[in-house]
Amino acid sequence: MDFDLTDEQVMIRNLAREFADSEIAPRAEHFDKHKEFPYEIVAKLADLGFLGLPVPEEYGGAGADTVSYAVAVEELSRGDASVGITVAAHTSLGTMPFLLFGTEAQKQEYVPRLAAGEMLWSFGLTEPQAGSDAGATQTRAKLDGGEWVINGTKSFITNSGTRISGGVTITAMTGTREDGKPEISNLIVPTGARGYIVSRDYDKMGWRASDTHELAFTDARVPEGNLLGTRGEGFHQFLTILDGGRISVAALSVGLAQAALDSSITYAKERVQFGKPIAAFEAIQFKIADMQTEIELARLMTYKAAWLKDQGRDFRMEAGMAKLFAGEVATRAAGHAVQIHGGYGVMEEFPVARYWRDVKIGEIGEGTSEIQRLVIARLLGL
Amino acid sequence: MNVVVCVKQVPDTTARKEFLPDNRINRAAVENVINPFDEYAIEEALRLKESQGGSVTILTMGPPSAEDSIRKALAMGADSGVLVTDPALEGSDAWSTALVLSRALARLDYDLVMTGMESTDARTGLVPAALAEQLKLASLTYASRVEIADGKVRVNRQIPGGYQEVEAVYPAVVSVVKGVNEPRYPSLKGIMAAKRKEIQKLGFSDLDLPADSAGKTGEKAKAVEVTPRPEKPAGEVIRPDSPEAAAGAIADFLQAHKFI
Repeated sequence: MDFDLTDEQVMIRNLAREFADSEIAPRAEHFDKHKEFPYEIVAKLADLGFLGLPVPEEYGGAGADTVSYAVAVEELSRGDASVGITVAAHTSLGTMPFLLFGTEAQKQEYVPRLAAGEMLWSFGLTEPQAGSDAGATQTRAKLDGGEWVINGTKSFITNSGTRISGGVTITAMTGTREDGKPEISNLIVPTGARGYIVSRDYDKMGWRASDTHELAFTDARVPEGNLLGTRGEGFHQFLTILDGGRISVAALSVGLAQAALDSSITYAKERVQFGKPIAAFEAIQFKIADMQTEIELARLMTYKAAWLKDQGRDFRMEAGMAKLFAGEVATRAAGHAVQIHGGYGVMEEFPVARYWRDVKIGEIGEGTSEIQRLVIARLLGL
Repeated sequence: MNVVVCVKQVPDTTARKEFLPDNRINRAAVENVINPFDEYAIEEALRLKESQGGSVTILTMGPPSAEDSIRKALAMGADSGVLVTDPALEGSDAWSTALVLSRALARLDYDLVMTGMESTDARTGLVPAALAEQLKLASLTYASRVEIADGKVRVNRQIPGGYQEVEAVYPAVVSVVKGVNEPRYPSLKGIMAAKRKEIQKLGFSDLDLPADSAGKTGEKAKAVEVTPRPEKPAGEVIRPDSPEAAAGAIADFLQAHKFI
């Protein structure tokens, strides 16, 4: 048993922390307020290798482990959750599908450029009528003259509409299986493919500096070879992708919760009421102690899930528990933080207001808390 | 252009410092980092390597944990490191530090030795010049610009009110000031590569020095007392009724203190 991070993991944490403190946090308010994608920050992160952190060196990544990746997402999210989700979605949802399921040619074609951060990639699962219920996927793809012809709509797709978005991997119904259920496959759709339109830009409550668009496919055409891996494996593929993604969203929630705690401690020591700093009052101390306790527990679960993944062991239950717990802990922490800040907590000039708006998505994105409970229950055989 | 950068691991500048009974800082009690001034020296050395070719070696004397500072410099792009560590060296003053570093340097191949202008913990700023003295090399301190040309190293040496242009044939010792450059972040690939780079470890016996030349027994300077910096007195708070009154109060204050 060893709870210490390795030397490399500590260095990666310190780098992410230093970068978040000096480059991300000071500008987070601006990007949030103007709903502006932080291109410059993403470019710097790409230069430092953050967009290919857990990608093997042979495909141009840093070759770091999943624990390092979780630690990095946590620290970046401490600066700004929008930056955290941009990196997490690009890595876990954009890049990993190629590495996990792509043919060697697909890996060679896409992964080095994704790891270098030359372009972002997204994953399109959710639809107006389908999300976690992927069996209800209405996007359809048919082979026609050596091309897939795609029709349908994808909702809430992170990283799909930036100037550097290279494309999206989508789930689509490619036929009907022998048992009568829909055959789901994943298709690679580059930005600019005929019939593929990045449509509506959403006006989100939180993660406002991250890019989220609706995608429309109207007789969109991609080559037959743009099938990711094996036909009909789409369902299994995206379940695996989401399992990994949960670790990074859990890490994001931990980072955001830590930011809420850090702000609360600083403020509670400065704010004087009834002749003493409010940090001297038990009402405040207990809130802060609860935050500290819950955040550390969420962090431990997140790191454990990441560690299991690095060991090549089954991490699905732990990833689900980490995301569920971290998401709910972070929401409580942000609530406490606003409460501790009192009137200033609802003012946008203090970052806790942004934390409070950012935090809720951690309980919703990449599988709601309810879906996490279902995942856990099913893995228990219920 | 082979550059050896002498680096010191220091307590995090923002950390609250505790002192041991012999008036030395308790390093075990705080987070330790690369001396921030040395980061400028590392960056400058890396830039010289990028423009001139050659290598960058990191040399440090310190406890075994100082290896962390070398690793960070390796992650920034330095090629190799040398850690001089020995319980016998504990408590070395500026002069014996320079002596030890000079003996370690004797084992290395270099064209330039670079350092930060001082360390943020003791802040004596003595080591660069003492090192040059030990090595019998030119000492170019407080450089705000470093240039290599015609077999010489030229620096702008910061002095009150301006700078001197100083040059010397290298090998030479150059200490740099804050702001000579913008130190880079280590990259993730650099971090992952750092563990594969070599760190040579030297002990006191490798230095061929008399037993009383370093550590507590070799000290020429002794910290006799440590006094915490007095708390800043609370500032004067003026609560004027109008912007005009506020402007007047500020003007009066500046005039009273002879700023205007």
